[in-house]
Amino acid sequence: MTTSFTTGAAGSSPSSPGPRPRSSRTSPSATARPRRGRSARKSRRPPHTPLNPRPSIPLTLVTGVVVLYTLAPLLWLVVNATKSQRGLFDSFGLWFADDFNLWDNVTRTLTYDDGVFVRWFLNTLLYVTLGAGGATVLAVLGGYALAKYEFPGRRAVFAVVIGAVAVPGTALAVPTFLMFSNMGLTNTPWAVIIPSLISPFGLYLMWVFASEAVPAGLLEAARIDGSSELRTFFTIALPLLMPGTVTVLLFSMVATWNNYFLPLIMIKDPDWYPLTLGLNAWNAQAQTAGGQAVFDLIITGSLLTIVPIVAAFLLLQRYWQSGLAAGSVKE
Amino acid sequence: MRTHSTRRLLGALAVASALALTATACGGSDSDAGDSSPKDVKSALEKGGKVTVWAWEPTLKKVAADFEKKYPNVDVELVNAGTGDKQYTALQNAIAAGSGAPDVAQVEYYALGQFAIGKSVEDLSPYGAQKYGKTFTPGPWNAVTADKAVYALPMDSGPMAFFYNKKVFDKHHIEVPTTWDEYVEAARTLHKADPKIFITNDTGDAGATTSLIWQAGGRPYKTDGTKVSVAFDDAGTKKYTATWQKLLDEKLVAPISSWSDAWYKGLADGSLATLSIGAWMPANLTSGVAAASGDWRVAPLPQWTKGDKASAENGGSSLAVPKAAKNKELAYAFTEFATTGAGASARVAEGAFPATRADLESKAFLDAPFPYFGGQKANQVFAESARNVGADWSYLPYQVYANSIFNDTAGKAYVSSTKLTDGLKAWQDASIKYGKDQGFTVN
Repeated sequence: MTTSFTTGAAGSSPSSPGPRPRSSRTSPSATARPRRGRSARKSRRPPHTPLNPRPSIPLTLVTGVVVLYTLAPLLWLVVNATKSQRGLFDSFGLWFADDFNLWDNVTRTLTYDDGVFVRWFLNTLLYVTLGAGGATVLAVLGGYALAKYEFPGRRAVFAVVIGAVAVPGTALAVPTFLMFSNMGLTNTPWAVIIPSLISPFGLYLMWVFASEAVPAGLLEAARIDGSSELRTFFTIALPLLMPGTVTVLLFSMVATWNNYFLPLIMIKDPDWYPLTLGLNAWNAQAQTAGGQAVFDLIITGSLLTIVPIVAAFLLLQRYWQSGLAAGSVKE
Repeated sequence: MRTHSTRRLLGALAVASALALTATACGGSDSDAGDSSPKDVKSALEKGGKVTVWAWEPTLKKVAADFEKKYPNVDVELVNAGTGDKQYTALQNAIAAGSGAPDVAQVEYYALGQFAIGKSVEDLSPYGAQKYGKTFTPGPWNAVTADKAVYALPMDSGPMAFFYNKKVFDKHHIEVPTTWDEYVEAARTLHKADPKIFITNDTGDAGATTSLIWQAGGRPYKTDGTKVSVAFDDAGTKKYTATWQKLLDEKLVAPISSWSDAWYKGLADGSLATLSIGAWMPANLTSGVAAASGDWRVAPLPQWTKGDKASAENGGSSLAVPKAAKNKELAYAFTEFATTGAGASARVAEGAFPATRADLESKAFLDAPFPYFGGQKANQVFAESARNVGADWSYLPYQVYANSIFNDTAGKAYVSSTKLTDGLKAWQDASIKYGKDQGFTVN
């Protein structure tokens, strides 16, 4: 890891630790952009500006530790997905074993127990597409409406939404189970999809985002020009809301992809398990009399499970970043 | 890897929610379809239909296929709704919610009382289950019957045996212990010779503790309908605590939880040298500890008194028919098929340990060599153990709950300076309190 990466990340913080360089205060030349030439670097260190802050060694170390702490489990997962069950027990956890079994493990994961892993994968995809996708649509519509329209009871809605953010989904799971059980929906995909559609946090985020990102004047202008409310929303507001939408989509995707407790109590039929439950069921096999221990498959399965989430983050992160920055600077 | 504490937390949540459910949504589904007879079972089989079975036992897959083949009109849906506790919670939830309960459910012997006393499982005697009294070995049969009612049919059993890593024993020139005193001695020698080696693992396991107390002749639980007594101070219990306290004091047992990946690793690399566990263990060793194939052997459990042949059961489960089942006749037919006759034999062939006398005494069973145990005819040891299981043992009618609080009470002896006797006393007090709260007469 390089120091420039670290300081770049911490650059916006004016209170970064370490003494400030005297030159940045006293010398007027410090405001000039540092020269990039080889000779310039050799002769003296470039002056530090808000855009080119001074590297801080303690901060670099702390960030480095945090990076290691974050990446170590991932490294462990990748390394151990290449081992056979025997290799898992025999070799050091953070380095490769003598045998390289990754492809074999992947094939066996995908075919074990009549390929049930693929089925779980598709189930998860279904829950994420309908659940997280639906949650995002509802949050965008609701957030926009709350931010841009005056109507009676708006404050009440605000209170309810804020209150709902405070209630963890886990606490609602049992009442939801009873409700769905009465409706005869337990043990069906709907029992997972319908509760996933509600995302108070997403609604709140879109509300805040919409009030900042869509200027009232723009909407007024559209109305004066005779655009219908629906058309205004789709052609003017929606593109402006894109960064916020992607953020909410990412949040609800991750939440639905990793959801464990809700499917755990709603779904008993392994054919409708999402990956989280399925992998746990494989893990539980090792804990029963006569069951087969498949630690190698669980680890490989876990690796396969996080690949789509990593891919989604990489693909969507630039929208997400611009979303986080929006509204931070008055232009 | 998921840590134990999260799992325990989830488990606790699930238990709490199940209790909340039973408290709020009691009753409702107590409608009995009337008297059933063996004749109804037969006609139900001809008519056909769908049977949903909640079980985690892998050998039932074969049985379900065989059953469908024999009765083409019947469709068996085998659902793994979780293992042990998780399945019981789900079952309680489904029963309390009044929908979604299966037609047949796998229930371990220690948990059956809870369902029987809660009247959530069907008494199978009207269907003809009484006639199997002599089919099964006495231990499992006792576990499923009470006051002439048959609450389930035994699916397998777990007479205990002593599994030891011969390679480790040979390397350190240690004799296989025949008494628990020799066992403690062996633990000392092994650990001294190589500090990485432990005689066994134990972080507090209610099932293992009660089984060893059972073997030592202790009978801490007495159950008579809703009259229950809990007392961990009889002679048998004292024998157990005295010996185990020595192991704990000298740190001779590895602080590794059974069934964890560390446990499998220890069994594979020889750092856990023995296991005193049910006869179903070979299947787990073969698949989970393949690397140590050939190293392990089986012997009778060490004895509390030299020359004795006492044994106990550890684990084992039955198939029960929930009261909420939709087609009880068909459910019974499947239960009967899977636990007796050809179904039972098919399961034994797949690696289950039988609860049926016929299978347990068959020559093919007794003479089967286990390549994993270096060709040893291990079933002879297990069958001998099954014959020597101590009689009169009973679990609490709320043993699932009691076991769930074991680690918070008796478990302290494993992580602090609390003595095992005091830990068991705390477990006893908590069990009594819970029983009273639930309306049992406890003393």
